[in-house]
This record gives sequence, C-alpha cells and structure tokens, in this order.
Amino acid sequence: MTAVLGKDLIGLEHLSPDQIRLVLDTAEPFKEVSERPIKKVPALRGKTIVNLFFEASTRTRISFEFAEKRLSADTVNVAASGSSVQKGETLVDTAKNLEAMRIDMVVIRHPSSGAAQFLGDRIRSNVVNAGDGQHEHPTQALLDLLTIRDRHGKIAGLKVCLVGDILHSRVARSNIWGLLKLGAEVGVCGPDTLMPRGIEELGVCRFRRIEEAIEWADVLNVLRLQLERMERGFIPSVREYYRVFGVTVERLDRASRDITIMHPGPMNRGVEIDSRVADGSHSVILAQVTNGVAVRMAVLYLLAGGRPELAVAANRAAAPE
Amino acid sequence: MRPLLLQGGRVIDPSRDFDRTADVLVQDGRIAALGAGLGAPDGVDVRDVRGKIVAPGLVDLHVHLREPGSEDVETIASGTRAAVAGGFTAVCAMPNTDPVTDNQAAVGFIVRQAARAGLARVYPIGAISVGQRGEHLSEFGEMVAAGVVAVSDDGRPVVSSHMMRTALEYARTFGVPVADHCEEPTLATGGVMHEGLVSTRLGLKGIPAAAEEIMVARDILLAGLTGGQLHLCHMSTRGSVDLIRRAKEQGLRVTAEVTPHHLALTDHACEGYDTHAKMNPPLREAADVAALRSALQQGVIDCIASDHAPHAYDAKEAAFDDAPFGVVGLETAFAVAHTELVGGGVLTLPELIARMSTAPAAVFGLPGGSLTPGAPADVVVLDITARWTVDAVNFHSKSRNTPFAGRTLTGRAVLTLVGGALVHEANGPTP
Ligand SMILES: [Zn+2]
Ligand SMILES: [Zn+2]
Repeated sequence: MTAVLGKDLIGLEHLSPDQIRLVLDTAEPFKEVSERPIKKVPALRGKTIVNLFFEASTRTRISFEFAEKRLSADTVNVAASGSSVQKGETLVDTAKNLEAMRIDMVVIRHPSSGAAQFLGDRIRSNVVNAGDGQHEHPTQALLDLLTIRDRHGKIAGLKVCLVGDILHSRVARSNIWGLLKLGAEVGVCGPDTLMPRGIEELGVCRFRRIEEAIEWADVLNVLRLQLERMERGFIPSVREYYRVFGVTVERLDRASRDITIMHPGPMNRGVEIDSRVADGSHSVILAQVTNGVAVRMAVLYLLAGGRPELAVAANRAAAPE
Repeated sequence: MRPLLLQGGRVIDPSRDFDRTADVLVQDGRIAALGAGLGAPDGVDVRDVRGKIVAPGLVDLHVHLREPGSEDVETIASGTRAAVAGGFTAVCAMPNTDPVTDNQAAVGFIVRQAARAGLARVYPIGAISVGQRGEHLSEFGEMVAAGVVAVSDDGRPVVSSHMMRTALEYARTFGVPVADHCEEPTLATGGVMHEGLVSTRLGLKGIPAAAEEIMVARDILLAGLTGGQLHLCHMSTRGSVDLIRRAKEQGLRVTAEVTPHHLALTDHACEGYDTHAKMNPPLREAADVAALRSALQQGVIDCIASDHAPHAYDAKEAAFDDAPFGVVGLETAFAVAHTELVGGGVLTLPELIARMSTAPAAVFGLPGGSLTPGAPADVVVLDITARWTVDAVNFHSKSRNTPFAGRTLTGRAVLTLVGGALVHEANGPTP
C-alpha cells in the first residue's frame, strides 16, 4: 500500500519535513478541482470512508466531507456521543465494527487525546485524525501551513505567533510541530494559566504581552478561546482577556509592518479577535477554509496510496462525469 | 507437616546482618535451626538450594486484592496466589473494596477468606473514614481488635486536614500507623499523568509534583502536631524525598514506601498512550527516579511496596483519559527491583531483601522479616540468576495490567514457605 505518509495521519510530531511538504505540494493541484463547475475527480472512486465524530464539529466534518466527495469516495457520517465512562468502550466496539465492515478509511474526531492512535493501532483501515482531545489536529495545521505559504511564498524564516489558549489547543500543538519542521520561528502568546508546562522546551519563544508578539510576528494565528475556560477559572473574565490579549485594529496599527491574521475558527468576535481584524485586508481566514478542502483531499489521496506526482495527472484525466 | 531442610543456600537474614552459606531447618511451622552442616532428621524433606538465596519471606505493605466487590479482576485467593509466586509471604490489603473495609465485620471477612485460601498471610488495613468518604472516623478500636494493622483511605487522599489530624491521634490510641495516599485533589483533578514536557506533547492533563508534595508536607506537620505514626504511600517525587528526609532528621514518626514502577519507569512510558503506564501517583521524571533510588538506598524511604492494583483487560483497553489508574505488581516486584536496583548498583542484595521484608515488617510492626530460630517459617528461596521475560499470560493474578510486559528481568522466587507450609514452587521458565 502506501508508504509516503504511513498508514495513518495521527499528528505532525512524527512526520518528516519532506512528508509535510509533500502534502502541501499535493494539495496544489487539488485546489483547482474546487474551482471547476463540476467539482469532482475519480481518485478515490470505490473507496469507503467513515467520518466518525465523537465531538460536534460542523466545519471540520463538512470540510472532510467535501474533500471525500470531490475525490469520488463513498462516505458515511457517524455522529457518536456518550458519557465519559462509555467513551472507551464505544471506541473499542466501534473499531471492531468498522474492521468488520471493511471500511477503507476512518476520519475520527474524539474528545480524548490519543483516541486516533488507539483506533489506528487496532484496525487495518487508514485513520485520519480530525482532532483528538488536546493532542493534535494535523489537517488544520497543514491547511494553516498551506495558507501561510500561499501568502508569503515561503514558510522557512517566517515568524509565526500562536495567540491564546495553548494549553488546551490541539491546533497549537500541530502548528508548532509543522512550523518548526519547515523552518519557521514560532512564538506563543497568552496568559500563563493557558500555557502548558515546558512549552519553551519545544523550541518556541514565549510572549506575555500581545503588543510584543505583534511587534515580533509576520503571522498571528489567533486561537479560539473556549468560553468554558473562564468557568474553570483559567481566566477571570472574557472582558479582561479581550483587553489584555485581544487582537485589535488599534494594536495592529501600532505595529511597524503588515501582519497576516489567521484563525482556525469558529471565531469569538470581540473575545480573542476584533471583527474589523477578522474581516480586514490582512485576514486570510476564509482562504484557510478554502485550503482546508484541498489539504484534506491531498491527505486522503496520499493515504489511499495515491502517488503525489500523479495528483496533477489524476485531475487532468478526470473529465467531469 | 513434614520437616523441611533447605540445604546449602546463601542465607541472608537482614534482621541480624546474617549472610553466609548455611542450612535452614523448618519444623512445626517455625525456623527450628539455622547453621552449617545441619543433620537431616528422620523423615525430613531435603531441598538442595545450593546457588540459591534463602531469605525471610517478602512483605508487601500495599496491595489491592479487590475482594469483596471486584472478584472478576482479583480475589483474595488469586491475589495471594500471585503474592507467593512473587516471593511474598505477607501482604497488607487496602480497604477500598466494595463495600469498603471500614468495620470489624468487613475486616473479619478478609481474615477468613485469607485463611481459607491458605497462601500468603493477609493483614487487613482498615478505612480511616466510613465509606472512605472523609466525613466520619471508622471504628479503629474494633477493627484493630479484628486484625487491622494500619488505617488508610488509599485510593483517595484524606482531603480534610482535620480528619487527618484526628486519624493520627485516634490511631495512636491503638498503636497503628495512618497510611496516606498523598494527592491534593484540587490540583490533581482530571489529571491522568505527570505534568511535564511529555504531558504537554501528548496533550494529556498533568498532575503536578506539587499535588503530592503539598499533602506530604501537611501530613508531616500533622505527625509533628499529634505524635502519631504516619506512613506515606507510594512516594513519587524528589520534593517528597526532601520533605521526608527533613522529617526524619527531626525525629518524627514518619515512614515511606516506593513502588517498583516508580523506581524503574518515567513518564516517557506514557508515550503512545499506553494505558499500562497510567497509575496514581503518575510515573515522574528521571530526576525523580534518581532521587527515589538514593532515598531508598539511604533509608529515607523505608521500603518497597507493590501497590498491586488489578484491573480488567477491557478497562485498560481504552483511550488514556478513560482507563483506570493502576498496575499489577506482585509477580514482578522482586524481579524488577532486583534487576534495576541490584543490577544497577543502587542496593546490595541483602539491602534489597531488607527493603522488601525486614523493613516493611518493622514499619507496620508485623511478624516476619527474620529467620531467627523460633520465628514463624515465612521463607523465600530466590534464584537471582534466573532470567525471564514478563508475559502476563503466565500471571497467577486474575489481571494482566503490567507495564513490564516483554521486559527481560533477572531473579525470581523458586520456593515460598508460609508458616512452614510450601505454598509456591516454581516450575518452568517463569514464575
Ligand atoms: Zn494510592
Ligand atoms: Zn493503592
């Protein structure tokens, strides 16, 4: 089968820089598919993919579903949920059932870190991690990387700062690995209560003031602040968070150069980001969404055994049906 | 019962610094004689143990036998079978059973089940609080009369400082120690592994070292306040070691134990989300392991205890967050400790035997830990050259949740005697 990415895509921590570049390069020809009147290529025709979502996520699920359909795969959506006690059992049983149905690929979103690997270790199908707990969200980071590369023409040497709740963020972890592997400098900015232990040891610079982060960065990737963090006592109030860490027009105007603004969504406007920033000329937030489909097509295509150099040809050969 | 002569072994009795080749005669359930060239009385069962170690049976202050309540994962019979296979002749059973062992009738049940099994001695530990709910003191007096050797709410910490103070005072009345599972709950809640770089990478919620150390410090202060006897369960951090060292320097009545897994493994064992590396307290960092090893060597930590905690296969076959804490340990404890500590130059063999038999017996004031003629014949014969690979399928425990599967270890119990009765004899390559 495939060797280019391995059997599963669990995270970016264990991918090589070449493997990451390969995904980004393979995504390029797939971008064009979404611009066609008939947005479909037969690359995964006959493959069955299950989108297994143990956690609600409309946008990631829809993005995967479009990617799968545009590759002509047969897809099934399963929205599973359950009490925390039953989660583990459900996962084991789910794995066994999927194995019995000879599914080709599983896209899994799960509230527990490690759940994607757990599944990948137990079934022969390819597994794509669509977000596991606070561990990794590799396709989000890949689409972020692609968007940065589109905007700046490179990734190496850029300064990218992740802003907000790093502690609970799988997006942050995947971005840190991906950016470092491709030669970017990575910063993190937020209150100490939302910084994981030993984060500097991963090779990132630490900012406690958003103004300093803005002065330093070429790109700000503003993370969503889960409102329940306030209830759990990590921050005293959303109001103060916005005043201290909010990415506002005023703060950006004071910066000495243009900064690209990213957000993995869904946004809390007026909490971590000012609407005028989100919708402003420096924002590439909608480009991220567009690239999400292309990157996921690339990941699914490569895991299914597609040869990267054939991705272009596959698109061309595919006369719309 | 036929008399038994263990002939030609290296006899190590840490209780009186004895270490030389000798014969040991066991008769009427006791050590009848010990010396070179003992004659074999008529009808004696002679065992040639040349090249083997003859030592006092190992004593484990901290096991979970799960009966009553979870007989599917362990019973007193299966747990004591595992104990004697691991060279233990006495184990102390934690009270977090279902129902909780918090009254004299529940204690009596454990004593009777242990007698019926007829394997290792089982010394029950009574709950500190009724139902381990941390609200009302259990009846220590009646429980001690029924056979309890210590009190503990292990499985959970004693949250209320007032409760801990009262327990230390009331236990002092009956001459038993209070064993605490040190975990500050508001810091530890939701945590599943050590808080550090590995938890950051895995995206798992960490339990900081301070969650243990705050309670160790509090308990030591309360031991000073009350003059009660404090025993600290399963110490895991270098900060705890410093606190215990200072407490001992002050002459407080404080003792401590450490598990083989905290002496052998670090939080890196959690990588790959291996739920067999999920225990509470969690596996810590290399610097903690080093501090625990030297504390054990110096006697700052008194003894090794397994914290044998059986769990069903299905329970551990889960996402890391959802799996229960705990690992089995009775059948690997000696081999892990021997391989890591004696093999690693931390302890001599007599020191290791002291930390696993004589010292723990002294901590809870139990019989055992000695081969003095006249003492009950709780004896283990160890083959310290035997190399074997851990395969949980061969365990006598009902559960197989070991973090050491696949490891090649050196040392095993080949004969175990409890009160002179031969309760375990190894045959085949693994215990
Ligand atoms: Zn405990
Ligand atoms: Zn325990």
